[in-house]
Amino acid sequence: MASALINVPPRARRGDIIEIKTLMSHVMETGYRRTATGETIPRNIITNFVCRYNGVEIFRAELFPAIAANPFITFFTVATESGKFEFEWIGDQGFAETASATIAVE
Amino acid sequence: MRLAGAIAAAVLLIAASSVGAAEIAAAERRSGYSFMTPDTRAIQDDDTANPGMLFVLDGESLWKQKTGAADKACADCHGDARGSMKGVAARYPAFDTQLGRPVNLTQRINLCRAEHQQATPLAYESRDLLALSAFVAQQSRGIAIAGGSDPPLEPFIAKGRELFMQRQGQLNLGCANCHDDNWDKHLAGSAITQAQPTGYPLYRLEWQSLGSLQRRLRSCMIGMRAQPYDYGAPELVNLELYLMSRAKGMPIETPAVRP
Repeated sequence: MASALINVPPRARRGDIIEIKTLMSHVMETGYRRTATGETIPRNIITNFVCRYNGVEIFRAELFPAIAANPFITFFTVATESGKFEFEWIGDQGFAETASATIAVE
Repeated sequence: MRLAGAIAAAVLLIAASSVGAAEIAAAERRSGYSFMTPDTRAIQDDDTANPGMLFVLDGESLWKQKTGAADKACADCHGDARGSMKGVAARYPAFDTQLGRPVNLTQRINLCRAEHQQATPLAYESRDLLALSAFVAQQSRGIAIAGGSDPPLEPFIAKGRELFMQRQGQLNLGCANCHDDNWDKHLAGSAITQAQPTGYPLYRLEWQSLGSLQRRLRSCMIGMRAQPYDYGAPELVNLELYLMSRAKGMPIETPAVRP
């Protein structure tokens, strides 16, 4: 039951610097922990996050085991034109999630 | 003389085993929120940054999902939770006439599952139970806590209060030692707080997850080096009930964020 929370301003003026906030539901299991019986809990993390603005990649992040559960990633960009932000999270054990948000630029 | 001496000794014994605490005045009550740093407050204030909202979203889909032998969803009886669940969390734990004792919100969800959905109960602290209770409790956000108003609850509130004042564990501490007497101080750099249960289930950054009030209470008992009660134990429900009656009138913050 993965779910994402995205915060992109619905409208902006051309040239404005806007903040984009993303929150993804994920356990981010490090792979270093063991169960009570001594077996290693397999690593299960998000490894890559990408944001595209009208198809053009504007932000990319690689994630590692020291990152807390439910990673919260925020970044800034310049509002250039109306259109769509697409977000993609890729991780261990076949994890792949996408989300999108639209912006109107005046 | 001898009798008077025995009474005096008994009084001393009672005084030694419970905490002679001054309870917090109504005007001085503060949510755990007010003890947090501006950074942590900002996480709770923004619904797109608050990781507790991920559980609320999951809870919303579970609310509509048919389950159990009866093949019914919560929504089939209760409809839109925005209306039907508004204010419900503010009055739990509530007295259950069939069981003759108070039940908390998660126990009510499981009773509802057993009776009306004919489904298996969800495990305490499981993601689904936390998600459902967070979704239900979020509908009461901003509503004043009204816990413990029902007259049959009175003896259970008294038991909960007794447990709150009772010294226990190897450190020989009662809840009141910290949360009534020293809430304006710090313990190893962390604010002690008043133990006001306004935001449960809440997201603790330390847990990296949502957790119930019972998880918090058990953690405190382990901290006092006492044997914690099992999840769902009547003692924990009584303690929850006392805390809710102690916080009467304070607004619900679910899902809160704490460090």
